Amino acid sequence: MVDTLQPTTEHAHDDGHDEHHGASGLLNWLTTTDHKIIGMNYTVTSVIMMLLGGAMAMLIRAQLTVPDGGLVSLAKYNELFTMHGSIMIYLFAGPFAFGGLANYMVPIQIGAPDMAFPRLNALSYWLYLTGSITMLLGFFTAGGAANFGWVGYAPLSNSLNAPGAGADLWVGALILTGFSAIFTGVNLVATIFYLRAPGMTMFRMPIFTWNMLVTGILILLAFPVLTAGLVMLYCDRHFGTHIYDANGGGSPVLWQHIFWFWGHPEVYILALPFFGMVTEIIPVFSKKPLFGYKGMVFATITIAALSTGVWAHHMFTTGVVLLPFFSFMTYLISIPTGMKFFNWIGSMWGGQVQFTSAMLFSIGFLLTFLIGGITGILLASPPLDFFTHDTYFVVAHFHSVVIALVIGAMAGIFYWYPKMTGRFLSERLGKIQFWLLFGGGLLFVMPGYLVGLRGMPRRMAVYIIDPTWQNLNIWSSVGGFLMGISMLIFAANALKTMKTPKTAGPNPWDGHTLEWFTTSPPPHHNFYSLPNIKSERPTWDYFHPDAPALTHDDHDPSHVPGAVKADAQ
Amino acid sequence: MKVEARLLIWLGVFIGIMGIVYGIWSKEWGGTAMLIGTAILGIFPGLYYRWWSKRMGDRPEDRDATMAEGAGRIDTFPGSSIWPFALGMGCWFLVLALVFGTWFVVIGLPLVIFAVSGATAESRRGGDASGH
Ligand code: HEM
Ligand SMILES: [Cu+2]
Repeated sequence: MVDTLQPTTEHAHDDGHDEHHGASGLLNWLTTTDHKIIGMNYTVTSVIMMLLGGAMAMLIRAQLTVPDGGLVSLAKYNELFTMHGSIMIYLFAGPFAFGGLANYMVPIQIGAPDMAFPRLNALSYWLYLTGSITMLLGFFTAGGAANFGWVGYAPLSNSLNAPGAGADLWVGALILTGFSAIFTGVNLVATIFYLRAPGMTMFRMPIFTWNMLVTGILILLAFPVLTAGLVMLYCDRHFGTHIYDANGGGSPVLWQHIFWFWGHPEVYILALPFFGMVTEIIPVFSKKPLFGYKGMVFATITIAALSTGVWAHHMFTTGVVLLPFFSFMTYLISIPTGMKFFNWIGSMWGGQVQFTSAMLFSIGFLLTFLIGGITGILLASPPLDFFTHDTYFVVAHFHSVVIALVIGAMAGIFYWYPKMTGRFLSERLGKIQFWLLFGGGLLFVMPGYLVGLRGMPRRMAVYIIDPTWQNLNIWSSVGGFLMGISMLIFAANALKTMKTPKTAGPNPWDGHTLEWFTTSPPPHHNFYSLPNIKSERPTWDYFHPDAPALTHDDHDPSHVPGAVKADAQ
Repeated sequence: MKVEARLLIWLGVFIGIMGIVYGIWSKEWGGTAMLIGTAILGIFPGLYYRWWSKRMGDRPEDRDATMAEGAGRIDTFPGSSIWPFALGMGCWFLVLALVFGTWFVVIGLPLVIFAVSGATAESRRGGDASGH
C-alpha cells in the first residue's frame, strides 16, 4: 500500500478512519504490523514480566528475613535468583524500553508513518514473546529452571553442573530474544536514518529519539557477541566442544569476556532509553526548553563509545584482566554522565516546575540513579571491588541502578499513557505509588550496602546468625515489600482507568515534540498533518508562535533566546 | 545523511583506537578481536552512508524544509501480514528442537521456509494482502 504524507495544513479527517481494516480481534492481533500495536504488545508483555520477576523478588526477600530461612530449598533459591535476574534484565528492562515505548514513540517523534520494516518489527515481538515463554518453561521441567545466575558463568553452566533442560531453555530463550533485540536495533536505526519528516534534521530530533538511535547502534554492536557466545555455550554443552572448558584446553574466562562485552553495553542499552525519557519529561514540566541540547547528544554518544571499553570491570577479581585500563575507562564514563545530570538540573532551574506524577518519577529516577552511579564509581576502583565483590554491596549497587530504571519506566508510562490511550492515569494513585516505590527502593538498597560491607555474600539462601545482619536484612525486605505494594497500586491504577472517558486530547502537557501534535491515540500511520519543523520543539513552536525563538546554535546572534523569532507562522 | 555517517564513523574509529591500545597493552586477544570487530561494524556502514550522502546530497530531512517538499510517496508499508507470526513460530520450534529433540525441526523448518517464501511473495505484490 502506498502512503502519502499529508502536507502541512490542517486536514482533519474524522476519527474512525482506523477502524475499518481487518477481521476479528485475534487475527488482527496476530497479523498486525502497526508499530503502535506492536509497541503496546511489548509494553504490556514486559510489564507482566516485571511483575513476575518482582514476585520472585518477594520470595527471595521473604526467605532472607531469617538467617536459616526455610521458605524455599537451597536449590529452588538458586533458580529463583537466576530467573529473577534473567527475567528482569532480558525480558523486562530492555524490551520495555526499546520494544515498547521506543517502538511506539520514535516513529511519531520524527513524523514517520511507521517503523522502516514493519514486518520485521512484528517478528521481533514474536521472537521476544516466544523467548520469554521459553525461559519460563524451565520451571516446569523435571530439573527446574536455570540456576547458574543470570550471567551463566562457565563452568557452572556446563553440561556437568547444569545438566537439565532448564539450562538449555535459558540458552534458547536468550538466542530468541537476542535476535529479537537485533531486529529491533536494525529497525530503530533504519527508521531514524530514513523516515524523518522534512526539516527534522538530526540535531532537531527529540532527545528520546537520539537516545534510541544510540541504543539501537549499541544493540547492533553488542547483541551479536552474546548470541555467538551462547551458540558456543550450546556447542560445549551438547556437541563436545571445549571452548569454555579448562580441562579440554578451553578458557572459562573467555565466556566472561564475551558475556561482559555484551553485558556492559547492555547496561547502557537499558539506561539510555530512560535517560531519554526523563530528558523529554523534565523540560516539559519545567515549562522550559531543554538546557544543553547538543551537550546531551554529545554525552549520549560518548557514553555509548566508552561503554564498549569497560567490560572487564566486572572481572577484576579473575586476576587476569588489565586493571588500570578498565578502571580508568570506567571513571571516564562518569564525565558525560555527570554532564547529563547538570543539564537535567539546568532544565529545572528557574522553571515553573509542575510536580505531576511523571515529573516526580523523573526526579526519583535521577536521585536513585545517582546513588547507583556513585557506588558504581567506588566499585570501579579495583581495591574496593576486591573487598566487595560478590557481596550485597554489589547487589545494592546494581539495584540502585535498576530500581532507577523501574522508576524511569513509570515516568515514561505516566507521561505517554494519555498519548497511547487518550486517558489519564490517576495522579493521586500515581503519587502514592511514587512515594512507595521511591521510599521502598531506598529502604531496600541502603541496608544492602551496609550488610554487604560487613561481608554478606550474594546468591545465598542462608546466612550466619548475627542480629545486625538479620536486622539489616529485615529492613531490606520491608523496602522490597513496599516496592511490591507500589506495583500493585500501579496495576490497580491501570485497570481502573481503562474504562474512563478519553479526555486527554492531543496535547495535555503542552508538549514539545511531534507526538503531541497528533490525536491521542494517533490514527493509523500517525498523522493527519504535521507542523513545519524549525527547531527541536516543533509542536511547542506551533502552539506558541509569538514566543522567542529557540535554538541551540548559540553562536548565531539571531537565535539567542530573547531574540524575536524570525519567521513565526 | 552526513551526520548519520559521521556518527557511525566516529564511533568506529574511537572503538578502533581503544582496541589498538588495549591489544598492545593487554595482549589479551579475545577482547581485542571483539573491539576491532566492533570498530569495523561502525566504520563500514559509516563509509557506506558517507558515499551515499555524497551521491544524493541533502534530503529534505537533512536541512530546513517545508512539509510540502516531503509530500508524496514515502515508502510501501504492508498493512498487515501473517508471515511474521508464522516465521516467529517456526523459529521458536527450531529453538525448542535444541532442547527437546530434533522432531521439533519437522514442524519448525517447513514453517520457516513457508513463512519466508510467503513474506517474499507478499513483498513482490507490494505488501498489504488485506487491503487498506
Ligand atoms: C522489588 C524490587 C526488587 C527486589 C526486592 C529485588 C531483590 C533482589 C535480591 C535480594 C537479589 C539477590 C539475590 C541473591 O543474590 O541471593 C536480586 C538479584 C538480582 N536482581 Fe533484583 N530485585 C528487585 C528488582 C530488580 C530489577 C528491577 C532488576 C533489573 C531490571 C533486578 C535484577 C537483578 C539481577 C540481575 C540480580 C542478580 C541475579 C544473580 O545473582 O544472578 N532486580 N534481586
Ligand atoms: Cu559494567
